[in-house]
Amino acid sequence: MAVSIIHRATGTALSFAGLGILTWWLFAISSGTDAYADFTKAATHPIGLIVLIGLTWSFFQHLLSGIRHLVMDTGAAFELGINKTFAILTIVGSVLLTAALWFYLLGGAK
Amino acid sequence: MSLGGSSTPLGKVRGLGSAHHGGEHWLTERVTSIALLLLGTWLIASLLLLPKLDQRTMIEWLRSPSGAIPMALLVIVGFKHALDGMKVFVDDYVHEPGNNFVVNTVLLFLAVGGGALALFALARIAFGAIA
Repeated sequence: MAVSIIHRATGTALSFAGLGILTWWLFAISSGTDAYADFTKAATHPIGLIVLIGLTWSFFQHLLSGIRHLVMDTGAAFELGINKTFAILTIVGSVLLTAALWFYLLGGAK
Repeated sequence: MSLGGSSTPLGKVRGLGSAHHGGEHWLTERVTSIALLLLGTWLIASLLLLPKLDQRTMIEWLRSPSGAIPMALLVIVGFKHALDGMKVFVDDYVHEPGNNFVVNTVLLFLAVGGGALALFALARIAFGAIA
């Protein structure tokens, strides 16, 4: 139940903020050094970082709960125990993937 | 268009329903989701593997076929999947036919317009109108 609602919430966030920022980013790359500097400044601002971390978590969560939905589309994993375990695993997985990605990015590797 | 004689449950509903394409919408949403599983993973892996994230590196990456082509696909499939997903949301919660039509039409324009903007920017990078 909760994971289903989160699937919709993360999908909405990715649709508007995710694709919006992807489009802005492509425009910034194509528009010369000032535009790219503006984008980088916004993206590395604390609020920008929170938005980007939120969006990467949304991506991983939507991806994993999406896989869960694809499995359930086949008629599998409707048993209560398996279903709940699978739902919890999507959240654990998305948090771990997001943490790993940002530790790598902010850990001086870039 | 199926008239119900197909052997699978999905085959039986394709072409049916009040709009005659609910089954297609359902299937398209899932096919695009699998494509985005690959393309989204590609985007994150690419950004991690690029040596730097400065503008010059981005331009060189998006000028190469291995950068530009998956990015174009990501934009097209991404906006299509977003539109399909938001339509499910709207159809679940906006029941009055006039409002439903207006909201879905606004979302359609946003998705097509946003996709066109992103593809234009990508084309400008890939075909080298900028240094």
